Amino acid sequence: MSKYSNITVHAYRRENGRVGVRNHVVILPVDDISNAACEAVANNVKGTLAIPHAYGRLQFGADLDLHFRTMIGTGANPNVAAVVVIGIEPGWTKRIADGIRATGKPVAEFSIEQNGDFETIRRASWAAKEFVHLTSEYQREECSISELWVSTKCGESDTTTGLGSCPTVGNMYDKLLPEGITGFFGETSEITGAEHICKERAINEEVGERWYKMWKAYQDDVIFAHQTDDLSDSQPTKGNIEGGLTTIEEKALGNLEKIGRTSRYIDILEPAEAPQSGNGLYFMDSSSAAAECVTLMAAGGAVIHTFPTGQGNVVGNPIVPVIKITANPRTVRTMSEHVDVDVSGILRREMTIDEAGDELIEMIRRTANGRNTAAEALGHREFSMTKLYRSA
Amino acid sequence: MSEIPHLLVHEHADNVGVVVVEGLTAGTDMLVCVTHDNSTFRLTSHADVPIGHKVALKDLKAGDTAMKYGEDIGKIIADIPQGHHVHTHNCKTKRW
Repeated sequence: MSKYSNITVHAYRRENGRVGVRNHVVILPVDDISNAACEAVANNVKGTLAIPHAYGRLQFGADLDLHFRTMIGTGANPNVAAVVVIGIEPGWTKRIADGIRATGKPVAEFSIEQNGDFETIRRASWAAKEFVHLTSEYQREECSISELWVSTKCGESDTTTGLGSCPTVGNMYDKLLPEGITGFFGETSEITGAEHICKERAINEEVGERWYKMWKAYQDDVIFAHQTDDLSDSQPTKGNIEGGLTTIEEKALGNLEKIGRTSRYIDILEPAEAPQSGNGLYFMDSSSAAAECVTLMAAGGAVIHTFPTGQGNVVGNPIVPVIKITANPRTVRTMSEHVDVDVSGILRREMTIDEAGDELIEMIRRTANGRNTAAEALGHREFSMTKLYRSA
Repeated sequence: MSEIPHLLVHEHADNVGVVVVEGLTAGTDMLVCVTHDNSTFRLTSHADVPIGHKVALKDLKAGDTAMKYGEDIGKIIADIPQGHHVHTHNCKTKRW
């Protein structure tokens, strides 16, 4: 037993046993051209949330698989209580609705062809209203903090993230993973320069080799296949460079501080894939772009996201609360409305990493209990799907 | 630590440190803290360096390796005297 073993949260236990910390009724478009109907339904029925996005037509192969995984995973996320799915035609609409239904949560599906927007919106609004009545009576119940799935990804990083906010997340994982939480980290391109360390942090050699193969494939198939320069201004980004990060190696070493000192990852996930190997830390093959990465991890089932930032990335997510942590005193001074956990005391040597980790755990507990994060309060609902290649 | 450090260094093997105060000017007698064991030393800055940016802990020569976290973070491409600013103008990735 540790002092973290008895922490409980009040959260929503879903039909499949998973624990969610929000209670959204989502209106989910299968494709880009169904966004308008979804937004109309969300406008008709208060307490619902439309999640418009840019894709879903003429995709194929692995890219289409990723589309379905992201859509189904978003609807299946335990922070979502019920889902209305709307697509242009019934086939793919049913595929996504059935995928979400496997969780046992209420799902209704509608398609637009042969009905038009008006009739679809009318019928979907009735279903959405019923879902709001039903789910607004759901009660939070006491759950162990160990039942939470907590993801991480940093953004607008600078040298203070590697010194303060990323080690804070790492300290949290070192304390909570042994208690049984499930964790996600990723950002495949952003391990470059620290891949020798990341490979060694696998639970065993077999997992480490699989991780390395995945990382190398990204280098060869994406970076080297498409680069036109040394990725100046892209990785590191303009913001990273402004913040003092000079090279990808320096950025990667800071990034990897998010898995702490003792944590080891037990398996590798495809983008938006849900963990299947039990409790523990997972590496998700993912973009390093903030909204894309958070979207993929939410689709994988994470219910809280911990987001270290240096220069002040403002990202949020429609269904997952994003907790912002910064150690940069200038960011605290100039952008405090975006900061949930201020660990700038680490830079002044007034706060230890251990104390900062405890503060983050306390903020995770409060967020799970219902505290709105800065990103939620400010309406940041960035939902960005990862696309692997051009559509057919 | 009663005095707030101006510069943080991750590991003793590092040859660059990070400015952690705003408005650092050339000629400052900096308190430097190595976070690995909280040991300290003093170093004079020889440039105005923004918060978050790096300072050379010793004279670096073109072709040297920049070390941070005790690891290789890139190659030095122009001589950098001790106390001066280290960034994209004099340090580059060895990848990509």
